[in-house]
Amino acid sequence: MPIPILMPALSPTMETGKLAKWHVKQGDEVQPGDIIAEIETDKAVMEVEAIEEGRIGKLYIPEGDEDVPVNTVIAMVLANDESEGDIEAPEKSTKAATPQVEVPVEAPVETLVAVTDPVTKPAQTIVSKPGDRVIASPLAKRLAADNNLSLGAIAGTGPKGRIVKKDVELALSAGGAATAAPKTAPKAATVPKATTALAATSTAVEVARPPAGLADKEIFSVYEEDSYEIVPHDNMRRIIADRLTLAKTSIPHFYLSIDCELDELLNARKRMNDAIAADGTRLSVNDFIIKALALALQKVPDANATWTSEGTLKHKRSDVAVAVAVEGGLFTPVIRHADLKTMSEISNEMKDLAHRARSKKLAPHEYQGGTTSISNLGMFDIKQFDAVINPPHASILAVGRGEQRPVVKDGALSVATVMSCTLSCDHRVIDGALGAQLLKAFKAYIEDPVTMLV
Amino acid sequence: MSQSNFDLVVIGSGPGGYVAAIRAAQLGMKTAIIERENLGGICLNWGCIPTKALLRSAEMYSQMKHAKKFGLSTGEIGFDLDAIVKRSRNVSKKLTGGVGFLMKKNKITVIEGEGKLTGAGSIEVTSKDGSGVKPVNAKHIIIATGARARTFPGLEPDGQKIWTYREALVPDIMPKSLLVVGSGAIGIEFASFYNALGADVIVVEMMDRVMPVEDEEISALARKAFEKQGMTIHTNAKVSDLKAADSDVSATIVLDDGKSSTQHFERVILAVGITANTENLGLEESGVEVSNGSISIDDYCRTTVPNIYAIGDVAGAPALAHKASHEAILCVEKIAGLADVHPLDRHNIPGCTYCTPQVASVGLTEAAALEAGHELKVGRFPYQANGKAIALGETEGMIKTIFDAKSGEMLGAHMIGAEATELIQGYTIGKTLETTEAELMHTIFPHPTLSEMMHESVLEAYDRAMHI
Repeated sequence: MPIPILMPALSPTMETGKLAKWHVKQGDEVQPGDIIAEIETDKAVMEVEAIEEGRIGKLYIPEGDEDVPVNTVIAMVLANDESEGDIEAPEKSTKAATPQVEVPVEAPVETLVAVTDPVTKPAQTIVSKPGDRVIASPLAKRLAADNNLSLGAIAGTGPKGRIVKKDVELALSAGGAATAAPKTAPKAATVPKATTALAATSTAVEVARPPAGLADKEIFSVYEEDSYEIVPHDNMRRIIADRLTLAKTSIPHFYLSIDCELDELLNARKRMNDAIAADGTRLSVNDFIIKALALALQKVPDANATWTSEGTLKHKRSDVAVAVAVEGGLFTPVIRHADLKTMSEISNEMKDLAHRARSKKLAPHEYQGGTTSISNLGMFDIKQFDAVINPPHASILAVGRGEQRPVVKDGALSVATVMSCTLSCDHRVIDGALGAQLLKAFKAYIEDPVTMLV
Repeated sequence: MSQSNFDLVVIGSGPGGYVAAIRAAQLGMKTAIIERENLGGICLNWGCIPTKALLRSAEMYSQMKHAKKFGLSTGEIGFDLDAIVKRSRNVSKKLTGGVGFLMKKNKITVIEGEGKLTGAGSIEVTSKDGSGVKPVNAKHIIIATGARARTFPGLEPDGQKIWTYREALVPDIMPKSLLVVGSGAIGIEFASFYNALGADVIVVEMMDRVMPVEDEEISALARKAFEKQGMTIHTNAKVSDLKAADSDVSATIVLDDGKSSTQHFERVILAVGITANTENLGLEESGVEVSNGSISIDDYCRTTVPNIYAIGDVAGAPALAHKASHEAILCVEKIAGLADVHPLDRHNIPGCTYCTPQVASVGLTEAAALEAGHELKVGRFPYQANGKAIALGETEGMIKTIFDAKSGEMLGAHMIGAEATELIQGYTIGKTLETTEAELMHTIFPHPTLSEMMHESVLEAYDRAMHI
């Protein structure tokens, strides 16, 4: 029987991808491991390998096609004794497998952690299993659609994780405060609504969009038609919009700021860099920050947490995600077990991840998961800022520039290199005092870097 | 055998208790169940089941009276009260025996006697034959002792002429005149039974309508139907005094206009609610909180004391067997640490009353839905317009559905008419699955059935009904 090759879901949030390049053409023989195609997703370019020996019977999707839905048949591989005539039209099975009832968009957030296991999920896959479907009740879908809420962003508490009315209401009440805020724009909440029963069912598929602020029509009406150009959203932009809107509307953020003196650290860094200069490794201040935050999480383990409706996940590992700006967006590759790694290990790993992030070659398991994140805008001379938590994390550290500032010590004025850091905390799992303890532990490591070697 | 250690001991073997025991046994727990009377509790012995047996006799009798309408001849018809009661008792016996078999099959230890908490994880069982007290130890204890008829001062049963459901189930005579105090499910079912068999029945209800928990429209239709059958119904009324004499009972009835009169009845049935059986369980000594007459529990039936749980009537309203069974399962599964255990959703508990015509409902009444701030779409479909109902000769009744106008959520469904109690389950599944009007509209209902009315009622809510 001809073997269909499906559009793989390379991340739990992937809905569609671009078929960037075919490496084979009709009639080509393929061996297991041969690269068949390159798929460009929301965050990365991935290669699709053949897992069976055979001959390419047909390519269904032209190269360069964007928005190819996950699980669409993109090609058929024939066994040696089969011919093109053995191929049945795939549309029926796949299109029908995109039912209106169960929206095949994103996996519930809760499953993120499971899916990112780097061992069991190789980056290059031919996925022929059904995609990650959102299982939600009809009412939950209707409510989400009516409120422009993405079901993929909601954790289900019904049987087998089914998203039920209560879950959508909870998500709405979490986001409700934020959407109600702009009272100066009274019509802001106008959202296209399903008017009839039938229309509502068909719009359910369109659920997975970021909650609208102002309606497009209202925005367009403000600007003259020729005064702008429209840049269509790519997947990364949509994901960023979705995730951060979810984060800012569903996570009760609060912020703690602290100043850290860096002179000791800079001194140590210089000596360490001198010592390892021959290896070609150069430690950055950020490497120290990663290590210090990882150690602080071990010292204050209660702050190493994730909120779920079932209960608080208390993480045992310090997996620190670091925001890396890339063309058109950002990635947050994760340094795992950062507390257990040496400075040079962290430094080398970070360089590799950042480099591959910029060329969009990161595998999903390299940027998913993590228990906290760091966003460092010091290189842009930013003194201090507040970052948005990257779910499912419960905190993010916003790091400003290290600069010489006047400081008062024992009543005397002196000069020190000072770096301001702001920790954003998810108040559902981190209370004020707990966040303060974490930040205090972090500061202690930064200001006395020798203690990181203990 | 002086002492036994169990993973779970259930006190009470009604539809809460015995279901809890079976589920626990299925999950590998060493389980015991304590019962002071008969396995099956009120439901099987003195409630749900025997009343249905009585009502079946009444229903057939009524049908026979209308046999001619169906082209049938019967000769003179009549009934034998003793035989009707005997059949009802036999039905109970059969099911009670069935529970005994299920206990055996699941290797559940049945302990006869009255259980009492005597500290953390320990129970004392006083055997009913007075042969002594036996300690039982359990890691977990579920209290499922149910409830009994409520009484008020001045309104007390005497077991002879003033009955509760117990005596009403085993009548010594067919009373010529009967006063039923209370028009909830219990009161109205007995009123229906005795009225069908020829008693002169007066129902007195304190609230402004019969079956006060039901939708107002359904209540009104029910009242009309009962009155057509010859019942006298007084609402906003109360019975202020009952006196049993040799020949009859004199009752002082205060009507809604404040006028009171004394009337005589051969028998009186008190059906003014129920009281949880919280006594002599050692609750207070063990620190188990009782509030408003029932044991306080959380979403998973846990009481205020760790490892002690309460389910069913003893843990609060609604006093329904299926609510008890549902709590039993979620409680035991939570104890066993199963994932995917969900609290009871009170909006999805159906209620059924087996009077003629039958009444069944799930979810909010129209008034409650409005009060909760919903904008509504309400659909109604009459039995008169349904082919199967006409063929059955059962054209009395209606199905009413209530939707949230914005979300399409089915908020409630209310039925009165033939087989309503069997039909309601269709909507209950829909509610549990959180269907909207769209899925119900898209569902194919078989023709010709009464269930088509369920479809039509939904369609009617959106002005799309076909046959009206």
